[in-house]
Amino acid sequence: MNGTKAAGAPSGSGGRSGACAAMTAGQIGITLLTTVFAIATLYGTFFYAAREKVMGDVQRIFYFHAPAGIICFLAFFVTFVASIGYLVTRKRTWDVVARSSAEVGLLFCSIVLLTGPLWARPIWGTYWTWEARLTTTLILWLLYASYLLVRRYTDDPDQQARFAAVVGILGFLDVPVVYWSIKFWRGHHPLVLKVSGGGGLEESMKTVFLGGIITYILLYLCLMAIRVPMGRAEEELRWLEAGASRRGAGAPISRT
Amino acid sequence: MNGAFAGLLREARKALLVCGKDLRIEWKSPDNLPAMFFFGLLVLVIFNFGFEAITPSFVDVGPGMLWVAFSFSGVLTFAHAFAVEREGDALQGLLVAPIDAGTLYIGKMIACFLSMTLVELAILPLSALLFDFNIVPVAGSLAVVVPIHTLGYAAVGTLFSAMAARTRRGDVLLPILLFSLSVPLMISAVRCTQAALAGGAIFTGPAGAWMAMACAFDVIFLAAATLTFEYVVED
Repeated sequence: MNGTKAAGAPSGSGGRSGACAAMTAGQIGITLLTTVFAIATLYGTFFYAAREKVMGDVQRIFYFHAPAGIICFLAFFVTFVASIGYLVTRKRTWDVVARSSAEVGLLFCSIVLLTGPLWARPIWGTYWTWEARLTTTLILWLLYASYLLVRRYTDDPDQQARFAAVVGILGFLDVPVVYWSIKFWRGHHPLVLKVSGGGGLEESMKTVFLGGIITYILLYLCLMAIRVPMGRAEEELRWLEAGASRRGAGAPISRT
Repeated sequence: MNGAFAGLLREARKALLVCGKDLRIEWKSPDNLPAMFFFGLLVLVIFNFGFEAITPSFVDVGPGMLWVAFSFSGVLTFAHAFAVEREGDALQGLLVAPIDAGTLYIGKMIACFLSMTLVELAILPLSALLFDFNIVPVAGSLAVVVPIHTLGYAAVGTLFSAMAARTRRGDVLLPILLFSLSVPLMISAVRCTQAALAGGAIFTGPAGAWMAMACAFDVIFLAAATLTFEYVVED
């Protein structure tokens, strides 16, 4: 890759072209904050939180599992709002935010689906049951995986953004319907622990649970802080490439 | 208020024109309906082999079997709905016509709904025959349950097929999107059909709650799809 910097190249790269760009102060800040909270919550999970009476130490997966589920919903809500924002304003930033949030949300949803069965096996004796919350999470995972598939299989970038926005909106509208229908279909979530309104959780557990939520929120923000500028840089690159091929200027810019 | 009502009637007429066009095309050269019918029938036959070892009652396994058959043949009709517009770039013609995108969607959706209903009307009696079930006493309940769920399915399917027609691997993308989104509707469909086949009440009790949810699903997604269709078909 030659050393000349094209006009309008993405900022935030510290003025260096080529290899890995430096992180901005904000990105470094949020990464450090996330790391601090993560270490604190990990300590709390294994050493501070009380040992659960019935399930024992296995219950500690809860501090990884439940906050991931909550923040995953938040991430998909952000995708929903950003999708509407894109369709209304047609500003590419909304599209980048929608996609980034869907990716991070899908990651957290995968965490829920991986930690859940690991927890379920010793407690319920089975990796999986088709009850309300598990099935809802699985459907959610499928919905947002198909959101990303729609992006992958649509070649035209403008079409891609529009289609994804429509799927992002309809997918989120479906979530409460899916949850209600599966809850009605299967009855109860057979968990001993009830987390509603903080009732039923002992003090130390509540603290670590809260710590877990804050950590996951920070992790979400941290991943978004890295992914969104990356997405915007990809948009810039695509714009530059399209411009170069339109002008017929020499050899195409290589992506490698 | 009078102007709004007249406007609504005008849009309804345009939607029916679009729907009529699709149905007329199908009538002139039956391409889609035979395929849907045979596919649905094939699904029933295959399911029968799957359950042969245990001899379940039709009320227990019938609803699931029927709705798998309907949903798979539904995918065929949705795929066909926009594939047919690819010839001669017919979709462009529709889009430059003085017709609102939402109205175009409603027209297409009604055509898909009617195609699915025709196939269901053929498959239901046939399934009763194949599985030795007397369907006549429950025909009334079925006549309520099946169309309500078909409507919601057609609402979502038509929108996603417009999208899938313009992507690579649209044939794979359409079922993935459609099945993920319509899970609650399918659960409701199976529950309500089971209640109907068992001769039970469909407007009260658990089945009644499911019917209410299905109606809510229909309304929410018809509205959402009508509003977002223009973003899918714009250039």
